[in-house]
Amino acid sequence: MATSQNEAFIEKVPFWLDPKKRAIMFQIFIFCMVGLLAYYLVSNTMANLQKQKIATGWGFLNKESSFEIGESLISYSAASSYGRALVVGALNTLKVAFIGVVITLILGTVIGVARLSSNWLISKLAAIYIEVMQDIPVLLQLFFWYAIFYESLPSPRQALCPVSGLYLCNRGVAFTIPEAHPAHKYMLLALAIGCVVVYVIRRWAKKRQDLTGKIFPIFRVGIAIIIGAPLMVWLAFGAPTAMNAPQLVGFNFKGGITVSPEFIALLLGLVLYTAAFVAEVVRAGIQSVSKGQREAAMSIGLRPPLVLNLVILPQALRVIIPPLTSQMLNLTKNSSLAVAIGFPDFVSVANTTINQTGQAIEGVALIMAVYLVFSLSTSAFMNWYNKKVKLVER
Amino acid sequence: MEAFVQEKPAEELKPPITEIGVIGWIRNNLFNGWFNSILTVVTFFVIWKIVPPFFRWAFVDSMWDTTGKACRAGTGACWSIIHSNFRFIIFGFFPYDQQWRPLLAMFILFGLLFYSRDRSHWSKYLGYSWLVGLFVMGLLMKGGLFGLESVESTKWAGLPLTLLLSVFGLTAAYPLGVVLALGRQSQMRGVKWLCVLYIELIRGVPLISLLFMSSIIFPLFLPEGITINKILRAQVAIILFTGAYIAEVVRGGLQAMSRGQYEAAESLGLNYYLTMRLVILPQALKIVIPPTVSILISAFKDTSLVVIIALWDLLKTTQSVLSNPQWMGFSREAYIFIAILYFLGCFSMSNYSRKLEKELSAGER
Repeated sequence: MATSQNEAFIEKVPFWLDPKKRAIMFQIFIFCMVGLLAYYLVSNTMANLQKQKIATGWGFLNKESSFEIGESLISYSAASSYGRALVVGALNTLKVAFIGVVITLILGTVIGVARLSSNWLISKLAAIYIEVMQDIPVLLQLFFWYAIFYESLPSPRQALCPVSGLYLCNRGVAFTIPEAHPAHKYMLLALAIGCVVVYVIRRWAKKRQDLTGKIFPIFRVGIAIIIGAPLMVWLAFGAPTAMNAPQLVGFNFKGGITVSPEFIALLLGLVLYTAAFVAEVVRAGIQSVSKGQREAAMSIGLRPPLVLNLVILPQALRVIIPPLTSQMLNLTKNSSLAVAIGFPDFVSVANTTINQTGQAIEGVALIMAVYLVFSLSTSAFMNWYNKKVKLVER
Repeated sequence: MEAFVQEKPAEELKPPITEIGVIGWIRNNLFNGWFNSILTVVTFFVIWKIVPPFFRWAFVDSMWDTTGKACRAGTGACWSIIHSNFRFIIFGFFPYDQQWRPLLAMFILFGLLFYSRDRSHWSKYLGYSWLVGLFVMGLLMKGGLFGLESVESTKWAGLPLTLLLSVFGLTAAYPLGVVLALGRQSQMRGVKWLCVLYIELIRGVPLISLLFMSSIIFPLFLPEGITINKILRAQVAIILFTGAYIAEVVRGGLQAMSRGQYEAAESLGLNYYLTMRLVILPQALKIVIPPTVSILISAFKDTSLVVIIALWDLLKTTQSVLSNPQWMGFSREAYIFIAILYFLGCFSMSNYSRKLEKELSAGER
């Protein structure tokens, strides 16, 4: 009786009061609005493009770019295509982002730990650093460092030389590197093999410790292998020590490696800015581990390094990694500000391409797509890593 | 047997002099352990090497009211660059005799911000006075009514432009962010999917790409004959960008609400709109005030990016002063000056956010 009444009641509900049907209609409405907006924008754009006689399409990528790029990881000249120029830009962005992330992680961790130091002076200095750097726009910091470079440093002829083999001037920083030698290739190979060997030993040592409780001094042995293997190769090749020092030829340095002021200003600005945020993340992460954990670890007789390694860090990392990921992504995205100081990163090259070809839509779409790929792949990797370090709760 | 009775009170032993007072503090905070002692000494040495020369450069040898030529002859900082170009750096091309208007607008803004600082003042009327305030500020900038001379928006520049972009940006981005966050939490698959797509897309690209889009592509989107000025276009880009970040912050607040709140509202017979309006949003938005302030801080800093699409914000007016041959080469002084301006703005906001966080969490306990 009751059910049939209910059924009768349900049947009486008109379709515009049924939440499910309403939801469907609402969504259809939303999609229609979005579709109409998109249609409106696209049709306007098409009309405008036709009027301005701009052909759309990706054909421009194969055309000759006819502009120079100051620094590039792959061979490039003005005769290369726009496509190649954009690849050069993307590689430059990756270069800045990769080096920047590595230095930022180190500096940020040091400052974050310094913030928690029992030394009053160090802790206060770290606090001041964090506050000041966070509160000044990164673009302003880039301009500042760039200005320091081209205004305050002398020309190559009067270059500053703080350490022998290192020259500072307004054309950049030149420093000495070892002379190219076939040994280097094999040393790199030895390093790679060493890393693999250490990884295998580590797995074996962990398994043995789980089974027998015997501890293997993996840290010392690992360091010995990773440093030792390339060293042996170097000695086997007769220890080549020839150095390639920068020499002043004409108005600039030849030899060694010269890093452009744009690159250094960009790196310095990004690293100093992001490190302040990383420091805050690290501080919060370490503080999130309760004091009892440290005391418990010490009371079962672990030495301070082991307390840090086995108890504090695994728990702190769980808190640190998600915000750290977003800081690393911020650094990558902020590297697009390179366009303001003239470092040829992806945005800068794409901007030049847009100005020369007039392919604005394609250019901006490319910029967005490239950064989306960077962002999504980084967050995919970090999610994977985050899952790995997550504590398994039993 | 005689009982021992202590007749005099025992002599009070003072703690050793090395454990209390200034010496004790120094021992405990600067020289506890060999590592910290070395660290302290090295740090003092570095500070000694850096701070006095900087102080000398900035205050002792510095020049405050000279020409560029005189500055070049000296060795200290040339603060004259700020002194001589102060009004241009702050107001840009705004007509010189009308510059009291942006100044007044900024005073209204600061006054409102200062008044809103106290949570006991938060009420409907404060909201209305903000609306009136924003309108008056817009009127002061634009003119054309009540006998005010009309000023083209192309002449808006400097600090007022920076503040305008960030304040209007956040005001408009906030509702957008709330709607997006609600969409992302929605039961409706299609709406949710759209919102996720928008939020992730915007958060994955740098602001500069949106600004490029606003300056190069946006004009193509509009039908023939309609043009929107550059400042408004950049403003739209900033709003779309900030909205996505606010959406994520608000989502955090929505997720922090317990299911009980939704169920309670449902059992009272409230529909979706009333549930959100009366039960969920007031609580969720309150939780996320501190992270919203940090979004405001980054939006304020991010407005400096409009330099790249050639809008005359604070950074650009400064750079144009620096390209004047008389003042060329004094970038450090000029950039330090605007860094201080930005720092004051951001620092007061972040301080406020910390204070608010303390107050709000105090209510929870």
